[in-house]
Amino acid sequence: MAYDTPKPLVLSNARVIDPARGLDAPGSVIIADGTILAAGPEAANQGSPYGAEIIDCKGAIACPGLIDFCVSVGEPGAEHRETLASASQAAASGGVTTICIMPDTDPVIDDPALVDFILRRARDTAIVNVLPLAALTKGLKGEEMSEIGLLQEAGAVAFTNGHRSVKNAQVMRRMMTYARDFDALVIHHTEDPDLAGGVMNAGLNASWKGLSGVPREAEIIMLERDLRLVAMSKGKYHANLISTSDSADVIRAGKAKGLDITAGVSINHLTHNENDIGAYRTFFKMAPPLRDEDDRQAMIAAVADGTIDIICSNHDPQDVETKRHPWAEAEDGAIGLETLLAAALRLYHSEQVDLVTLLGAMTCRPADRLGLETGRLSKGAPADVTVFDPERPWVLEKSAIKSRSKNSPFEDARFSGRVLRTVVGGKTVFNYA
Amino acid sequence: MMRFPGLSKGAFPLIGMISMTASNTHRDSPFPHRHLLGIEGLHPHEILGLLDRAEEAVEVSRQISKRRLVLQGRTQINLFFENSTRTQSSFELAGKRLGADVMNMAVSQSSVKKGETLIDTAATLNAMHPDLLVVRHHAAGAVHLLARKVGCSVVNAGDGPHEHPTQALLDALTIRRHKGKIARLTVAICGDIAHSRVARSNIILLNALGARVRVVAPSTLLPSGIAKMGVEVFTSMKEGLAGADIVMMLRLQRERMNGAFIPSVREYYRYYGLDAEKLAYAKDDALVMHPGPMNRGVEIDASVADGAQSLIREQVEMGVAVRMAVLEALAANLPNN
Repeated sequence: MAYDTPKPLVLSNARVIDPARGLDAPGSVIIADGTILAAGPEAANQGSPYGAEIIDCKGAIACPGLIDFCVSVGEPGAEHRETLASASQAAASGGVTTICIMPDTDPVIDDPALVDFILRRARDTAIVNVLPLAALTKGLKGEEMSEIGLLQEAGAVAFTNGHRSVKNAQVMRRMMTYARDFDALVIHHTEDPDLAGGVMNAGLNASWKGLSGVPREAEIIMLERDLRLVAMSKGKYHANLISTSDSADVIRAGKAKGLDITAGVSINHLTHNENDIGAYRTFFKMAPPLRDEDDRQAMIAAVADGTIDIICSNHDPQDVETKRHPWAEAEDGAIGLETLLAAALRLYHSEQVDLVTLLGAMTCRPADRLGLETGRLSKGAPADVTVFDPERPWVLEKSAIKSRSKNSPFEDARFSGRVLRTVVGGKTVFNYA
Repeated sequence: MMRFPGLSKGAFPLIGMISMTASNTHRDSPFPHRHLLGIEGLHPHEILGLLDRAEEAVEVSRQISKRRLVLQGRTQINLFFENSTRTQSSFELAGKRLGADVMNMAVSQSSVKKGETLIDTAATLNAMHPDLLVVRHHAAGAVHLLARKVGCSVVNAGDGPHEHPTQALLDALTIRRHKGKIARLTVAICGDIAHSRVARSNIILLNALGARVRVVAPSTLLPSGIAKMGVEVFTSMKEGLAGADIVMMLRLQRERMNGAFIPSVREYYRYYGLDAEKLAYAKDDALVMHPGPMNRGVEIDASVADGAQSLIREQVEMGVAVRMAVLEALAANLPNN
């Protein structure tokens, strides 16, 4: 896709939101040679580049393309669940222009040659930007450190142990220490594997259901441990998926101490709670588990006040073979690329998070954390742009899901807010007709 | 303090003295120590005294008749709780060239296996009336413990990751013979600093003689508090080697290679292995050292290890000379002398 330079594009008559500079104003976005020429009110008065395609956005929002910080695909190893190609199609239809790929594939992305494989496959098959996250430990076993330097040279943008925590504090300490030498970001799933032995949020609900619980402390203890190790190693750390009010407090306190930390939350934990599980609906089974409403509200508040930096989809395709089981035996995970923006807009419609903050958590803030040029509409930035109508109603029908796996907790959900156009590198990769 | 009788009586030949230039002004510095347990605690003039003495020993070792009589009648026991080839043979040769009766004890195969404690071993050996005990042990501080329990002089031949004083001395001797001085040289010690007794002894010695000492390693191989140990700390070879006069490589133990402290040999070699490209960051006339045994292709490239800037072979020769100097200096303080 990168070989042909798309012709210039002007998105006119738009409400331009660029969270990186706090901009929310009527204007245009002018794109040429795959980069942003101008965006905002000042662009509205500029002439169009020669031969430009001019799109009238009719007042819809034009914002930087979304960056999804945590996406699992099945390639390599489980292509029947998702490929880089199908994930990128799903991303484009959801307004996501950059996906960070988790390394928990088969084989695990813990070798520079595999990072290279992902990048080549993405170049050849994907229609959005694909950034590989590499394994923090070999085989994600949490025992031996992976080749941070060589993986980074190969193109890995950060390091994570996938959906598993590194249980051994000494290993984690050394990893953080070693990663610091390479200025590498460590993204960590914070769930103590022993405490998190259950299958849903611990509490009354789990007890009535007869399911073993995952206490909130499984997350809080691991997070607190990690922040001690961050202070010790002075590393760069991102708590990938927090889910409890106490976790938000821990992050808040860590930031106040000046630690180089950020936190993320999955869209599911902002829009669902444990009651949504209903009659053991396994599409709502995930790690960390959906918590109670108080925790959900705390997550929203933490996004609103900036404690939580990044909202991700935690897109995790699972097929019927892994999901159609009794609750305890079903796999964790839900897809979310196509619904990330629409679901996030629920927080805007409920007037809990303003649009600039909300979009910032999916654009400039993940970009800043990874040191990316994208995620903003500044002159010279890659022309990754999403156009959406925040009010347009739609219903997610299973048949319309582009992901190869259909395990969406939003099946048949009503949304207000529809992605109309997704532009990657100046090229329109999704157009809602 | 007294001079060293064996030498003052002309045990060393004239040719040895001729080669001594201005650098041997410390030749007759007193060495008022019963043991050599570490570089820590030695005064600069004592260190220089040992180096000057060692210069003479180099000449002795280069002659056809290498036998001297300084330690005649003395018994030297090399007590090695940890396997060693070059250090043990170096001490053995040093003792023999000075006329001592040398006995090697590889303890890893004997009494320790039977459950004897270090103290018991020491008491047993002490009963045999040795004059000099050369000890290597895998535990830091073991040699100090032993030294308190025996009546003879003890030389630390390496105690865990603590000190290896004769290695630092031989390194200093090698450097001085090539650069004419130690002071104001920039010495970069690279590799597994955290677990290295060679690094600790060298840091102390080189600082005592006025060198600028740097350490270069991934953070996982740096001990905590390293920045306060009198060194500049670098995690990049490019920065750490820039302008260095001496590049001192350390051996990476096999058990630390795979995942615990560094991810892999290939990554370590890529970022910390001394090859021609990285050596080029140092001064053009920089010299390369390694205490041995080397892992070619891990911490050092073969072309560098065997190249024109390498002093690695010469370090071995200086090792014998320095150990002769140490044994001689300690023998001068032995009872009945």
